Amino acid sequence: MELRYSESEEQFRAQLREWLEATLPTLSPEPGREAWPERRTWDTDWQRRLFDAGYAGLAWPSEFGGRGASPTEQLVFLEETTRARAPYVGVNFVGTLHAGPTLIAEGTDEQKSAHLPRILRGDEVWCQGFSEPGAGSDLASLRTRADRDGDDYVLNGQKIWCSFGQIADFGEFLVRTDPNAPKHKGISWLILPMDTPGIDVRPLRTVLGSSEFSEVFLNDVRVPVGNRVGAENDGWRVTNVTLSFERGTAFVSELVDSLRLVEDVAPLVTDPAYRRELGRCAAEFDGLWALTKRSISQAVRHGAPGAGAMVTKLAYSEARQRFGELCLRVLDRGALAIDGNELVEERLRTLALTIAAGASQIQRNIVSERVLGLPREPR
Amino acid sequence: MDLELSDDQVALRDGIASLLAGRFGSDRIRAGFDRVMWDELAAAGVFSLGADGFGWADRVVVFEELGRACVPGPLVAGSLAHGSVEGIVGGVDRAAAGEVAMVEHLDALDRVLVLDDDGIAAVDAAAVDGDPSPWPLDPLTPVTRVASLPAGERIGDAALARDWRRQGSVLTAAFALGLATRGTELAVEYAKGREQFDRPIGSFQAIKHLLADMLVRAEVARAAVYSAGAHLDDPELPGLDRSIATAKVLACEAAIVNGKSATQVYGGMGFTWEVDVHLYLKRAWVLDTHFGSVEHCSDAIAKSLPSR
Repeated sequence: MELRYSESEEQFRAQLREWLEATLPTLSPEPGREAWPERRTWDTDWQRRLFDAGYAGLAWPSEFGGRGASPTEQLVFLEETTRARAPYVGVNFVGTLHAGPTLIAEGTDEQKSAHLPRILRGDEVWCQGFSEPGAGSDLASLRTRADRDGDDYVLNGQKIWCSFGQIADFGEFLVRTDPNAPKHKGISWLILPMDTPGIDVRPLRTVLGSSEFSEVFLNDVRVPVGNRVGAENDGWRVTNVTLSFERGTAFVSELVDSLRLVEDVAPLVTDPAYRRELGRCAAEFDGLWALTKRSISQAVRHGAPGAGAMVTKLAYSEARQRFGELCLRVLDRGALAIDGNELVEERLRTLALTIAAGASQIQRNIVSERVLGLPREPR
Repeated sequence: MDLELSDDQVALRDGIASLLAGRFGSDRIRAGFDRVMWDELAAAGVFSLGADGFGWADRVVVFEELGRACVPGPLVAGSLAHGSVEGIVGGVDRAAAGEVAMVEHLDALDRVLVLDDDGIAAVDAAAVDGDPSPWPLDPLTPVTRVASLPAGERIGDAALARDWRRQGSVLTAAFALGLATRGTELAVEYAKGREQFDRPIGSFQAIKHLLADMLVRAEVARAAVYSAGAHLDDPELPGLDRSIATAKVLACEAAIVNGKSATQVYGGMGFTWEVDVHLYLKRAWVLDTHFGSVEHCSDAIAKSLPSR
């Protein structure tokens, strides 16, 4: 076991720091939270800068324009960019971290060349159409239909929780192509151009009052069969291949940010009981940081992170909520006005952590069945 | 950067695990600590790992296994004092001089180490006068109430005391990690076999979620403990004390909460003497009093953070 990074990793870090120091001051001010067209421009401009500097698609294989970086280099990249308060991946999230990797694994050569370079350069923004009002934790019960009509599918249904739906060019959509098959066996994965007639995107207002998510209504939307990724009715497996791209780095930015917030908040915390709770929160974040490093070490050594990566989400979301609650208590009545106060806003944002991307209750089922080998709940 | 066990560490872990499985089963553990056990552990090299060229991260791996087996005895003190003090050594970490001490395993000891802010003293166990508890919290950790300790022989200064506290904290955290891990294993095994309502109780979400949380606690603690062990091997890196306190907080809390959860999963059997679960929980409570409790270590971490 060894805490120090290798010489080449430190060199990577130093070059990245230098680039960040030179580049970040040249960025225009971040647009307002709800100014979506401006946000798109700002986020994709950042993606283009990353691309020009050789930092785009860090985890992508080099044959697809990525850097093919090791998991440890990915850790260093996320650590340094978050520390330097560089722009977050933002509207590029689905394209660079989900749809892109899926295309790399399962797309045809034509699909790859049509999208991958544009995603990397920030020319193309993607959204995700997976969840539905009736299909949340039980995603495979989704009901949006795709009926075959000649060389097209005709889509009808409703999606929800589409991040950046209002400004995306393409969406990765899961649709039901065989309503008679068992639910996991009748799903296909489609590339949906978001300007196709029949698509209606309506912003969904969150508890923060923000609208990064949308509802998407599909009314006789025609999509060429050639936009399907993977075989017909094999979409559930196609969706899951993306998970194998995960190398234990999923919460690096969040943890670095949490540890920064702990430092920022600390001077405000004078009450001994709150101070003790702050120390406890710091321990939890430090522990999760160590767990992240351990998972990445396992990914480097064995090709995949161990059980630790599966538990990181569960532990992180609760630790962050606990810390967010402490922040509100420390602010006392000062917390009653959000007014751009990062801590209050964060506390609201943390409510989503135990729900989004697999509710904690579902995560516990998965951990107990796949890691601990407990029998499945009858379904 | 690497927080995964090396091949050598895997071999070390498997070696000690098979030794403990063969010779330190539940019956042996329940008979308590004695001189024969000390000699056997010493012969296996448990106390002399440092002298044998193993680093702290390696020793962490061994202590995790000792914890999984719930081996009783003054293992941490014996490991710290190896090469400095002869005989069977126990320890007392005294925050302030003169206070009443609870000395563990006094009857089995030759010498008692007394750590305080000024340094380390070695006291002859025979010279320690106290009142043995007929009913210790942990039946495998006998305690003697001692009003005052003899001065003994000075064997280390304040700097050495600080180092031993750091090292002792990490080994204690590693042992607690083993307790937390074994607690999870015991509860999972039981939940798979125990049937109620015609199904294994481990198929009920109410039970599964308890067990999943036990695993989560142990995995986070494991990373923190390994990280602290690697940090002891490379003490020039910044944040040593914080990483040690973090390991201690997370491992002791995991051991305590997992012990309580295991008791719950075992149901009525968890409240019996016959099932081992209570031994794991009670030891966790004992270890939390060593080198700073969860609360005191949290305070220490908070102290390292910026203040107004």
